[in-house]
Amino acid sequence: MSTFPATTYIVSGIFLLCLGTLAAGALIAVLSTRLIRSVCGLAICCVGLAGMYYFLRSPFLALMEILIYIGAVCVTIVFAVMLAEPDEAAEGRQHSLLWGTVALGVAAAIFWGLWQLGTHTAWAAPSVRANAGAVEDIGKSLLTTYSLAFEIISLALLVAILGALAIARTGRTKS
Amino acid sequence: MNPIYDRLEIYLAAAAFLLATGVFGLLRRRTLIGMLISGELIFSAASLNVMAFNRFTAPDPVVGQVFVLFIMGLAAAEVAIALSIILAVYRNYRSVNTKDLSELNG
Repeated sequence: MSTFPATTYIVSGIFLLCLGTLAAGALIAVLSTRLIRSVCGLAICCVGLAGMYYFLRSPFLALMEILIYIGAVCVTIVFAVMLAEPDEAAEGRQHSLLWGTVALGVAAAIFWGLWQLGTHTAWAAPSVRANAGAVEDIGKSLLTTYSLAFEIISLALLVAILGALAIARTGRTKS
Repeated sequence: MNPIYDRLEIYLAAAAFLLATGVFGLLRRRTLIGMLISGELIFSAASLNVMAFNRFTAPDPVVGQVFVLFIMGLAAAEVAIALSIILAVYRNYRSVNTKDLSELNG
């Protein structure tokens, strides 16, 4: 690929950094007790995920991930946290511990099953590639093959925004 | 053997880890916003899985990218709706703790 000798190791190191960011962000998002830290964990996780998308040869999706998830989703959740003060109260230690163990067991079972499925299946590589999957190809597909889906998703976003406004307005009382 | 960033199993394991943490959080959290964050982690796991298969096994690499783009758009719409519902619930109950939302409980 290139003449520089340690390129593979450097790129592997960057990949492991992205993987670690992803895992650490996900763990912070589910384990912290303060919800604002949990939102920050989600943002960190999204940075790692953007790196994953970059390694999967889609810089377009990496940028979209940062733009939509960190720029829109996380900021919106931060606003909700500021408006609703939703910190979890410390309650029944025993019950919480039991329930946490059950949740951990379910999560471990899911991870183990998917891991076995992923490693023990012979995934076939495609014999032919239709195109390079570059931004230019995505743009052409969005305006030809997927133009109907593109229009429908813009409609769905519009309806979602109107619905959000309507729902958030009805509970409001003059006081 | 391919380098680590060029192997499908690694990406599948990362997606499985994200899904597992999301389900863990969804079971363990006791507030609506915490559950919403865990739901976002599950969305991310699905997107990463689709992108991994798109890169390694799909003949047309555009399909997965467009699909994940639409998942992101729908996730943004879902978050907007869910947060407005959470705010409405907070106005009525002065709480977003799932234990307090028991008006329909028989």
